[in-house]
Amino acid sequence: MFRRLPDAPVGTVTIAVDGLEVPARAGETVAAALLAAGVRAFRTTGVSGAARGPYCMMGVCFDCLVAIDGVGSRQACLVPVREGMRVETQRGRRPVEP
Amino acid sequence: MTAEFDVAVIGGGLVGAALAWGIARARQRVVVLDEGDVAHRASRANFALVWVQSKGLGMPEYAAWTKRSSDAWQGLAQELKQSTNIDVAFSRPGGFTLALSEAELEARAHMLQRLHNQPKMVRYPYEMLDREALLKRLPRIGPEVVGASYCPLDGQCNSLRLLYAFHAGMRQLGAEYQPNHVVHAIDYHDGVFVLRNSRSAVRAEKIVLAAGIGNARLAPMVGLQAPVRPQRGQIVVTERVERFLEHPLVTIRQTDEGAVMLGDSQEEAGLDESVGLGVTAAIAGRAVRMFPLLKSLNVVRTWAGLRVMTQDGFPIYDESSSRPGAFLATCHSGVTLAAAHALVLAPMIAAGSLAPDLDVFSARRFDVQTAA
Repeated sequence: MFRRLPDAPVGTVTIAVDGLEVPARAGETVAAALLAAGVRAFRTTGVSGAARGPYCMMGVCFDCLVAIDGVGSRQACLVPVREGMRVETQRGRRPVEP
Repeated sequence: MTAEFDVAVIGGGLVGAALAWGIARARQRVVVLDEGDVAHRASRANFALVWVQSKGLGMPEYAAWTKRSSDAWQGLAQELKQSTNIDVAFSRPGGFTLALSEAELEARAHMLQRLHNQPKMVRYPYEMLDREALLKRLPRIGPEVVGASYCPLDGQCNSLRLLYAFHAGMRQLGAEYQPNHVVHAIDYHDGVFVLRNSRSAVRAEKIVLAAGIGNARLAPMVGLQAPVRPQRGQIVVTERVERFLEHPLVTIRQTDEGAVMLGDSQEEAGLDESVGLGVTAAIAGRAVRMFPLLKSLNVVRTWAGLRVMTQDGFPIYDESSSRPGAFLATCHSGVTLAAAHALVLAPMIAAGSLAPDLDVFSARRFDVQTAA
């Protein structure tokens, strides 16, 4: 499992992941917060349905896609957490809005 | 001199691969000489439509040839699935061309009327739909869409898998594929063609030039001509989303795996394969006006490729009179015409001559007539 480094930022914020409150540290990314909270599969793919999670953590692999505040397929490793942020993991192809 | 192959096909893109597969299927010994990654591959820029409506204004025989291919496509897809287990995802739900203004809709109706009024025009149904009628079939169109043309023959496929299936299939049928094999010279001795580059020589009794833009360079080596030019097309692709669009549109389609392809430009840009923000923005802007739901999707890729254009936009099929056994095939719509190439043209080449009804596609049509 992932553990935070001892010198990780200390301020705390709370985000919602699939409707559940998850504590996070100010300044860390959504991907870091989810990994620290034990979330491994951020999404499943649109073709085979295989589980996917962060691979590169630097914006390249596009495997950490989640919906953030209603906007789908955002790169969790590039977005810093914010108090009250709503994060949803994704299942397969995401729906289009009406 | 003996030839080690019955037929050498120069070009391993969609046209060359479809012909090689069809010729190998006719039990000929086939070799495919493919230029490699330096080639300006038109197959990169295609939109994967199997498209009938609107084709053939100025040459009704092309409309008939297109329809013939469209009609044979389901059989081709089934045969490829059975023999290679590759599903090329062909569907033929009918296609739309949307209009964003009354003027566009009127121009479209007028063009289709002229197309279908041509003498010798092949008969097939199409409809002009006003907004109300269109909403019943495409409920998610935007408020600016005023109507559309519709043709039940239009379809689509997964063109990457199509190319892969032809390659897998031709190898199954015994064809040999030689990548990175550019052809520098074509000699002809006693009924045998010798295709040379600095490393090797390949001997074949018949040859097919299917090298796209490269045909312009190769054709004169066997007494033919191929006045073709590159035309740049840019395409925008979104992330995969839930299915919302069964029907192909001429500039928007949703792939079998859920991605939305937006296209496509037609630009005269020489050999410049670069992608330009101005053009892709215009493509995306128009697409969002047609389907507003597209505005929330992420674009994952844009690309440009060079397609093959003749002066009149129609294909060239030719055989050499000075070098019997040398054939040439070049076209813009390698996906739509794949079934005609694989199942109709390839057997003709295997048998040694093109049928007279293909005469109209000869590049001789570009020759200035001699005065009487």
